[in-house]
Amino acid sequence: MPEAALTHADLHAHASPRQQHHFDTMAQQKEAATLGMWVFLVTEIMFFGGMFAAYMIYRMWYFPGFAAASEELDITLGGINTVVLIGSSLTVALAVHAAQEGKKNQTVALLIATGLLGLTFLVIKYFEYKVKIVGHHLPDGTTITLFPAAGFFDVSQSEHLAPIASQVRIFMVLYFALTGMHALHMIIGIGILGVILWMAIKGAFTKEWHVPVELFGLYWHFVDIVWIFLFPLLYLVHRHG
Amino acid sequence: MANPETAEHAAEVDHILPRSLYFGIFGLLMVFTVITVAAAYVDLGNLNIGVAIAIALVKATLVILFFMHVKYSSKLTWVVVGAGVFWLLILLSMLMLDYASRGWMMAPPIVRGA
Repeated sequence: MPEAALTHADLHAHASPRQQHHFDTMAQQKEAATLGMWVFLVTEIMFFGGMFAAYMIYRMWYFPGFAAASEELDITLGGINTVVLIGSSLTVALAVHAAQEGKKNQTVALLIATGLLGLTFLVIKYFEYKVKIVGHHLPDGTTITLFPAAGFFDVSQSEHLAPIASQVRIFMVLYFALTGMHALHMIIGIGILGVILWMAIKGAFTKEWHVPVELFGLYWHFVDIVWIFLFPLLYLVHRHG
Repeated sequence: MANPETAEHAAEVDHILPRSLYFGIFGLLMVFTVITVAAAYVDLGNLNIGVAIAIALVKATLVILFFMHVKYSSKLTWVVVGAGVFWLLILLSMLMLDYASRGWMMAPPIVRGA
């Protein structure tokens, strides 16, 4: 039979209905999807890489300010958030595992657990931000300008920070930029999670096709990795002595 | 187009790892988190940042290899992931080289009240 005469049904005869015609096998289809996701994640590495580069130079220049400002951060909350986020990486890895085995209820439960852990992280982050805002580590509500000497960091509150207030300001700008972009990635991730969860509940995923769960897992793990670097770089600059 | 090998290939689509592996990796990540906090409270001089970065790199590698399944992925995926990391290293190392070679390693003075 010439190829042109093949019907749609013929093309699907021995393949999953989820296999698109331009792929030879499901494995090849999944490979292409995974590769595409990784190409996106590489652009994300470069996106955060720019901010990490800025951090590197300013830390080298203004280490005293970075050391002092880092101690102003709440290491307990930061530590708890590290455990929460790595825990959510575990639940999403197990969700992918459950999807691979075609266990729908387990997949749904683990995706919900992942979402709840993600929300826990954001709630803790909210309280951390709140302390910083109330303590004037941030521009106050009326003048949203990052660099003016007055208003951004209330030097009168802290004698040992007053002489290096400008350096502290630069650390806090990087702190909010890095953790803010990280939190934005988590908010977007929770949005995507909602769609994946909905698909899972509707029974869209089978043992042979669950690519969206896997790709969401890759994204979530990436966000986790960013935090794995942010935690020591922001919270643990100079904790000794 | 009907591929007699499809059924065989379908079985190879997923490299299903034992659940215990995920729990083991999670345990390791927790251990390294404790170590990195503990190490930060010890004065190691200039080594503090090195230890912190080294531990973070180990943790990130564990996540990439096992949670993200890269260890079991194709060579092409390895190349893409490796290229991403390599490009990041180019960004950071060339930036440092530039600053070092121009004598910019010292901070410019901050103008107060500017």
